[in-house]
Amino acid sequence: MADLTASAGYQPRLGACPACDAAPLAQRLADRAEAERPASLILSLPGAHCALCITDVERALTNHPGVRGARVNLTLRRVTIDAPGLTAEDLVPVLARIGYEAHELDPQALSATTADRAGRDLLMRIGVSGFAMMNIMILSVAVWSGAEAATRDLFHWISGAIALPTVAFAGQPFFASAWASLRARRLGMDVPISLALVLASAISVFETVHSGHHAYFDAAVMLCFFLLIGRYLDHRTRAIARSAAAELTALEVPRATLLREGAEEVVAVADLRPGDLIRVRPGGRIPADGVVAEGASEIDRALLTGETMPMPAAPGLALSAGEVNLTGPLVLRVTAAGQDSSLARLTALVEAAESARGRYTSLAERAARGYSPAVHLLAFSSFLGWFWATGDLRLAVNIAAAVLIITCPCALGLAVPAVATAASGRLFRRGLLIKDGTALERLAEVDTVVFDKTGTLTMGQPRLVDAGAIPPDLRPVARALAEASSHPLSRALAEALAETPPAVLDQLTEQPGHGVSGCWQGRVVRLGRGDWLGAPDCDNAATLSSWLGIEGQPPLRLDFTDRLRPGAEDCVADLHADGRRVILLSGDRAAPVAALARQLGITEWHAGVGPTEKAEHVGRLAEAGARVLMVGDGLNDTAALARAHASISPASALDAARVASDMVLTGQDLAPVAEALVIARRATRRIRENFAISFGYNVLAVPIALAGFATPLIAALAMSTSSITVTLNALRLSGKTR
Amino acid sequence: MEILTILIPVSLGLGAAGLGAFIWALRNCQFEDPKGDSQRVLSDRWDDHPRQDPPPSRD
Repeated sequence: MADLTASAGYQPRLGACPACDAAPLAQRLADRAEAERPASLILSLPGAHCALCITDVERALTNHPGVRGARVNLTLRRVTIDAPGLTAEDLVPVLARIGYEAHELDPQALSATTADRAGRDLLMRIGVSGFAMMNIMILSVAVWSGAEAATRDLFHWISGAIALPTVAFAGQPFFASAWASLRARRLGMDVPISLALVLASAISVFETVHSGHHAYFDAAVMLCFFLLIGRYLDHRTRAIARSAAAELTALEVPRATLLREGAEEVVAVADLRPGDLIRVRPGGRIPADGVVAEGASEIDRALLTGETMPMPAAPGLALSAGEVNLTGPLVLRVTAAGQDSSLARLTALVEAAESARGRYTSLAERAARGYSPAVHLLAFSSFLGWFWATGDLRLAVNIAAAVLIITCPCALGLAVPAVATAASGRLFRRGLLIKDGTALERLAEVDTVVFDKTGTLTMGQPRLVDAGAIPPDLRPVARALAEASSHPLSRALAEALAETPPAVLDQLTEQPGHGVSGCWQGRVVRLGRGDWLGAPDCDNAATLSSWLGIEGQPPLRLDFTDRLRPGAEDCVADLHADGRRVILLSGDRAAPVAALARQLGITEWHAGVGPTEKAEHVGRLAEAGARVLMVGDGLNDTAALARAHASISPASALDAARVASDMVLTGQDLAPVAEALVIARRATRRIRENFAISFGYNVLAVPIALAGFATPLIAALAMSTSSITVTLNALRLSGKTR
Repeated sequence: MEILTILIPVSLGLGAAGLGAFIWALRNCQFEDPKGDSQRVLSDRWDDHPRQDPPPSRD
């Protein structure tokens, strides 16, 4: 970039523009501020939305002893706290007391400063080119309305003095990217832009020196201004998505409890080594692959296999990172951590699947691919044609420059970013975060939607089928037993019986892997696995079940089903109504999958599908010509998510699944998935419309330029009207009506 | 036409003043939290007396 501006001779002029001095200065200031930044905490505040929230949060935090200052950023929904010596654990309860949910964010994982600086840099260039454009326009209007001779020359000279440094400064992003694409022997959209900027400036200088009639200084600066706005919109959409995605990652600060010579120590998961002993509390996620060394418990493998039924764990059993320990504390000997863990092995699978998907060429890339050579050819042939016809070099170069300016992709550069900003902003408000730039276009092409079951269509949380099955006199006992355990079935039972007052039980003990027992009015009562209670034919695995036993009575079977995710029914119904093929692929057993498919009206379902088979299934669908949208949350879905044409995962999904997917559902509701397909299709239609509009303007204006009638006035009119039409068309998307 | 010698510098000066203000605002990080700033004006916390301690630096 630097050598290009220097070779163009613009470097000495840089001092004339205040912003050129300001840009490096601002960067130095920012660097210094970063070095001197006090130890600060960043908390995410998903619930903050108004002026009252800002005041409440800031007042509560500044009144807390030890806090020197707090400032809420409502745009990012974060609060930065300057509190040396305090940790997030001290301050999260302070906010919880006044009713605000807060999560610790890892400041290192956010690292938003570089993105911010790039955005500020673009804004500065927009400001400078906007200033220059307005001033040159004032002068140009005078020229267009008939300023003559010396006045016109004076105005051209002043315009040039403003325009040249502006183009040199504000055009840098285009020059840099054009230079990069030329070095890679490609013709990107930025090559004709840069050529138009340089040629328009050069021909205008030449005309001014020779007291010519037409100078294109205003066109060059206007081109910079409009295109920079497109660049900035593009940058902002990406930055918001990136920071939200980084926030999801920063939310999970991965830690493990390491046992070292009998003492417990909390360390980062990255510091674990094979052979270390770690303790996993009931309810905790297993941080690394390992073998159970002591303890007995039950393990929820839903995220890895899709299986809803918890599995008993005893010493010697191998566990994988990502599983959830349910009932009893476990001590694990780490067998693999970090790069060797099953998570990392899965990442390799994901990479293989991604390369099978191939690189998607976005609409803008396809347009640029056809467009750039056409523009160059057009300009060059008009130059040759006019030079051959008239022999006038000056006229021929003038006309070639006019053609380049008229065809310059102002509208093209604005068409895609404006639509993407409007669409992704709308989806973000509905709870869908777009991580990938081309995801919207790929989503629009989807005709087949593949769902995972556990954790995607269902919440992965069981629910009691029928509370009436428990005799009323036993309900207090059942509630008391259920409350003694953190097993998901117990919690579901306690929730179902929330209206019943619990009975008073003695000797409540939990036998990890089996159940809970207690003493009620002198009789032993138990809640747990059928074989532990000696229940007849307890092997029936069709549904999730637990047994309630009272001494002296046959045990009572309690059936549970997995809870549907809110919006799942509407989502599937909408997809069917839209004419998409809906498929259910689950790693769970056939009976619960069939029941769910029947409930949602999905006719095509497969149960017991492993991780590799899921990816293969998606691959086969793709080979048959289907454009597949994969919606899944587990490790077993990760490869399929990467293989599919587009993919969505809920925020509750494992990190690996979220990384592999293009979009993340930030809320619990599944309904935005169906809506996203509609919005994506409309966005793509808008992009195509915008291409058509700017193409239409070119069809009208290019013959005028080729014929040599394009004055700077016509160029300015064509450029601004097409840019404004395209932006207005894009903004129609963010309207309230469906 | 002599009026131009006054008008053009004046118009350029006004424009440059606006640009300077924009750059100053940009460097003071005033575009970091547009949504928050639009809401903060509604808060009556500092209506009766101005804030004594300097506000903490923005992130």
